[in-house]
Amino acid sequence: MKSLRFALLTLLVFLAACGGTSGQTNPQPGSSTYIQNKGSDTIVNLALAWAEKYQAEHLDVSISVTGGGSGKGIAALLNKTVDIANASRQMQAEEIKQAKANGFDPLEFVIARDAIAVIVNPTNPVGRLTMQQISDIYSGKIDNWFQVGGQDRPIVRLSREVNSGTHVYFRDTVIRLGDKKNKTLFAADTLLLPSSEGIISEVRQNPNAIGYDGLGYVPPDLKTVAVAKDAKGPYVLPSIATVNDKSYPVARDLYMYTAGQPAGTVKAYLDWIVSTEAQTIVANLGFVPILK
Amino acid sequence: MKKALSWSEALITAVVKACGYSAIVFVILIFFFLLREGVPALAEVKLGELFSTRWYPIENHFGILPLITGSIIITLGAMLVAIPFGIGTAVFLSEIAPRWLREILKPLVELLGGLPSVVLGFLGILVLTPYLRVFLNLPTGLTALAGALLLGGIAVPTTVSIAEDALDSVPQSYREGALALGATKWQTIWRVTLPAARSGVLTALMLGIGRTIGETMAVMMVTGNAPVMAVKLTSIFLPVRTMTATIAAEMGEVANGSTYYHVLFFIGLVLFLISLVVNIIASSVVFKSKTRAERVLS
Repeated sequence: MKSLRFALLTLLVFLAACGGTSGQTNPQPGSSTYIQNKGSDTIVNLALAWAEKYQAEHLDVSISVTGGGSGKGIAALLNKTVDIANASRQMQAEEIKQAKANGFDPLEFVIARDAIAVIVNPTNPVGRLTMQQISDIYSGKIDNWFQVGGQDRPIVRLSREVNSGTHVYFRDTVIRLGDKKNKTLFAADTLLLPSSEGIISEVRQNPNAIGYDGLGYVPPDLKTVAVAKDAKGPYVLPSIATVNDKSYPVARDLYMYTAGQPAGTVKAYLDWIVSTEAQTIVANLGFVPILK
Repeated sequence: MKKALSWSEALITAVVKACGYSAIVFVILIFFFLLREGVPALAEVKLGELFSTRWYPIENHFGILPLITGSIIITLGAMLVAIPFGIGTAVFLSEIAPRWLREILKPLVELLGGLPSVVLGFLGILVLTPYLRVFLNLPTGLTALAGALLLGGIAVPTTVSIAEDALDSVPQSYREGALALGATKWQTIWRVTLPAARSGVLTALMLGIGRTIGETMAVMMVTGNAPVMAVKLTSIFLPVRTMTATIAAEMGEVANGSTYYHVLFFIGLVLFLISLVVNIIASSVVFKSKTRAERVLS
């Protein structure tokens, strides 16, 4: 009897283990148009958010978004394997020549802008810096706030982690001042914080701190530094207006390229991207929406 | 009846044996996986570069020494906090506190051990680091000291649990003998009970060290993650970067199979080996064969 009960129990356990699998998700009803979108990792989250919103509103369109870098996206466009290439830089002359050789003219669309705001503690008297000064601060040449007109305090440099696109963009545009041959690195004691929130909370309560982040991530209670290209130039505060009229130096355009004039679904998608609805998503993700 | 009994006995024995061996098998498999993914780093990066002092992996500076020193200085600092507090609390709970107080405090300490480290890290950023910056007049509160204090706090419950059990299991006859010879209570604790529970207390400390060296989230949030060589005594007041924080922050976006990927796994391998050494030392202390005197008395 004891062994019979044991056998029944074991059987019950095995049956329960083999129990129902979760219900299969139904595939989408037959999609008639398929848009392929590939390229920049800076743009990939934005492109995904747009694709999700657009697909929710247009059930017959299916959009696939991949990252891999601006270079990969443009290469795929040249090979005609994608409809839209995302790029955080402009196409170079050789790439345009290659496109013409492959029988089309690449068309460029500016779909958003990316700007970096340099932030300091609200009690810090320093409110304006040149690009050279910011570069020297972050590379370690300037160590104390009084060297740039502030109080006698040590400078605590805050940065994003090395795998962040913002980190790379800041290094290339500000620390290396756009010079490709420049190999200056961040100072070794730069604090690499894992999230925007970490940078913002440290700048908020530490008067010695200087940090940077995408314009969209900076809350209004922190002090943004006005940046000038050089000591003569105008010191410009970052805002949607100054980024769009190109007076703020630490900003770049984000592009989508198509092979020739887009038609049909691709054209409709690109038109939607520059509309107000899509540009609200731009602002939500920390980028700068384009002004009409 | 007897035949059926032995059939189920055999099954249960086999299942329990499998569970026991599986623990060893999993550890060995993890070790081989780490080896397979981490050893190519030794081939792809020159040994001198791998042990240099600059960690900037996106431009092929793969020096892991700052990370190792960062982990070590935080572990040492955490131990300086955990040893007095951990052993002190264990001694208080087992020797000095009245029974009713012990019944309240012991579960509370266990509760502290159950707190997620992320929560402690969050408290660290918001409360501990500004306080350190103001109180010690440092440039920033995000330092190795903040990490060491938090990790000490995380290691204390583990240490207290095990040390307290070890002290509890010292036979009452030891204490009675000491007191009968005229020792004060403190002399009994310090010179008789603690040395008798030595192996258990050392195990507790080793487990605390193991927990500390593997801690990721709390250190990632409060140490500043700056890859500087933490070798001077004053380095504890400066930001550092640990091996665990490096792996956590960078593994997500690394290309599978690249040199960077292999170097990150190599760091994981170093971490694994350090934990292994700590655990081997701990178990060699615990399983040391008792001296003849100890066998006679217990």
